[in-house]
Amino acid sequence: MGRVVLVTGTSRDIGRRFARAAAGDPSIERVIGVDVVPPRGDIGDVSFVRADIRNPVIAKVLAKEDVDTVVHMSVIATPGSAGGRGTMKELNVIGSMQLLAACQKSTTVERLVVKSTTTVYGSSPRDPAMFTEDMGPKRLPSSGYAKDVYEIEGYVRGFARRRPDVDVTLIRAANVVGPHVVSPLTNYFRLPVIPRVLGFDPRLQFLHEDDLLRVLRHAAVTGAPGTFNVAGDGLLTLSQAVRRLGTPSVAMPRFAVGRLGATMRQARISDFSPEQLVFLTYGRGVDTTRMRTQLGFEPAYSTAAAFADFCRDLAPAPLEGAGRG
Amino acid sequence: MAEEARDAVVIPIGTGGRPGRGSGSARPSSAARNLAPSAKKPAVKPAVRPAAKKASAKKRPSGGGPATEVPRVKVADAPPFQDPAASGGPATVGAGEKVAGPPPRTGIPVGDWLAAAQGAAKDVFGDDWERRLAELMAFVRRRLEGDYEVDDYGFDRELTERFFMAALRPVAEKWFRLEVRGLENIPAEGGALVVSNHSGTVPLDGLMTMLAVHDNAHRFLRPLGADLVFKMPVVSSLARKGGATLACTEDAERMLSGGDLVGVWPEGFKGIGKPFSERYKLQRFGRGGFVSAALRTGVPIIPLSVVGAEEIYPLVGNVPSLARLLGVPYIPITPFFPWLGPLGMVPLPSKWILEFGEPIRTDSYDAAEAEDPMLVFNVTDQVRETIQHTLFDLLRERDGVFS
Repeated sequence: MGRVVLVTGTSRDIGRRFARAAAGDPSIERVIGVDVVPPRGDIGDVSFVRADIRNPVIAKVLAKEDVDTVVHMSVIATPGSAGGRGTMKELNVIGSMQLLAACQKSTTVERLVVKSTTTVYGSSPRDPAMFTEDMGPKRLPSSGYAKDVYEIEGYVRGFARRRPDVDVTLIRAANVVGPHVVSPLTNYFRLPVIPRVLGFDPRLQFLHEDDLLRVLRHAAVTGAPGTFNVAGDGLLTLSQAVRRLGTPSVAMPRFAVGRLGATMRQARISDFSPEQLVFLTYGRGVDTTRMRTQLGFEPAYSTAAAFADFCRDLAPAPLEGAGRG
Repeated sequence: MAEEARDAVVIPIGTGGRPGRGSGSARPSSAARNLAPSAKKPAVKPAVRPAAKKASAKKRPSGGGPATEVPRVKVADAPPFQDPAASGGPATVGAGEKVAGPPPRTGIPVGDWLAAAQGAAKDVFGDDWERRLAELMAFVRRRLEGDYEVDDYGFDRELTERFFMAALRPVAEKWFRLEVRGLENIPAEGGALVVSNHSGTVPLDGLMTMLAVHDNAHRFLRPLGADLVFKMPVVSSLARKGGATLACTEDAERMLSGGDLVGVWPEGFKGIGKPFSERYKLQRFGRGGFVSAALRTGVPIIPLSVVGAEEIYPLVGNVPSLARLLGVPYIPITPFFPWLGPLGMVPLPSKWILEFGEPIRTDSYDAAEAEDPMLVFNVTDQVRETIQHTLFDLLRERDGVFS
């Protein structure tokens, strides 16, 4: 029996590519892409439904198409083309709530895969070296992407409690890098001169975009319930990454980097949010033991290899896509 | 007496027949040069130039076109004023002899440079200097390209070994004259927890313990640091690169179960920031978190007593209000510190003794017993008493603070 997979957020590059890759999978019968705007690139065999997950129409789509697996990856990290922060929050939180409500009503859905991020752990000097899935952030995020994701994860846990018959997989992906990824972090690495916070050398963990697609497909096909950190093996420090990149960097006091980031955001050069500044000061590491033992997934790229692949394709910056989830 | 007299005779007074103002320098001043008899430069010059060109062209087959010739003639113009004494006095130097004199000095020959560089390299790196130099170059290249590994905690093994340890070694050996005892108590492999007293205003004792363990037991001691360490710029990145991580249960247990040798200073800021009058009196040992981490992972606890670190910066005062303002636990005042400026930051050269005590085994306990607070307190007290008594023994034994 083939599965019917519904993918949200297909207008963005990573969602579109996941939907396409899933459509090519023999164990998946049909893939339905959902988004407010049609995807820009080739979506292959994916049938696209133009729907807004912020309103109850999505429940009808679930029922009509006999969807049994929902892959939710429309949580966006930056307002980007969506508009302001208010729109972003509505898209992320209200959209997720509506989708979960639709899933709860649905009789066909057996599996839910939510793409979350390790940003929920935050960054602080009090952090342990490696976060396991059971740990929470040392300080609750007060704004931005991290807060959205934290709230969405709360709703997802609530859904898992109310519908114990549905396998809920929460994938907390490390910062995704790759030739096609457009995210605040990849934009940061694409700057001609990279500003660094003076006196701090954060530890970074990366996940290659191909590995992200693979782990989502793995979760959609095998269905291992639980929360999993997903990241490439090993760590890079920011200074190491910058040297491997070969871009000049300049170390500045933290307040100066913050000011510069605010200016760049206003000038729309780069999205340099306060939470990213904290991340680039203290860094973060996550433990991926459970990814191996329970989820049974092995990333093809280590952190260093993923970053090397990103470095190789750095020169022609892609223009498609509006931001990563 | 006679020798002295002869010496006195040869002391030159005046110019010794050379043009100049009697400054004693071989090279006369430009004013004196103008006065010298052979200074008919403007008149002679036109005649000299072609001759010099021809002569040098004949003499040196390597001399090529005019492009290389012009500078050489200029050089040849100058020497007559420099070494007239060598060629028998200024009066005898004619215009024609300028080119016939000794060849102009062009600096130290390349061969000599090479020999000097080779000698220097041998002095610095020893006999196998070529290999060592190549290693150093490779190290520098790796650092610049970011082609090195860090572990999960950000520990940069190569940098620590080649740079931090090398920088600390002379301080430990020459300044504090570290004496390390009880090395057999450090296990050669597997996880272990080194628990030490903390003192000295600035946590130099931690650094010295890391060096002592590395040089004598050939293992890396992974220190657990307070969160303030990871909040401070520069210090935080150095700490992570040097192998430290945050003193929290998660990290301690992760390191210990990973088979690392972990160092902990449970007194914390109460220990290093205590006044000089309370030296060698152990403070409260935290909440015993280190003991429950050791119990849960079943690793031995090695008590370490450090004598000598208390005297490096005798803390006689504190500025609590300024400390609160800056968000640090204390602002040290020593007999030297703010008064002598940077000089006051030089630690006093006390003699240090590090004694590793017999390991306290925890593998006989069940992991579940780590939840028993009474047991945790008892083991904490046992460790504390051991260190305190060893400290008293060492103090009785030592002759003086600086000897």
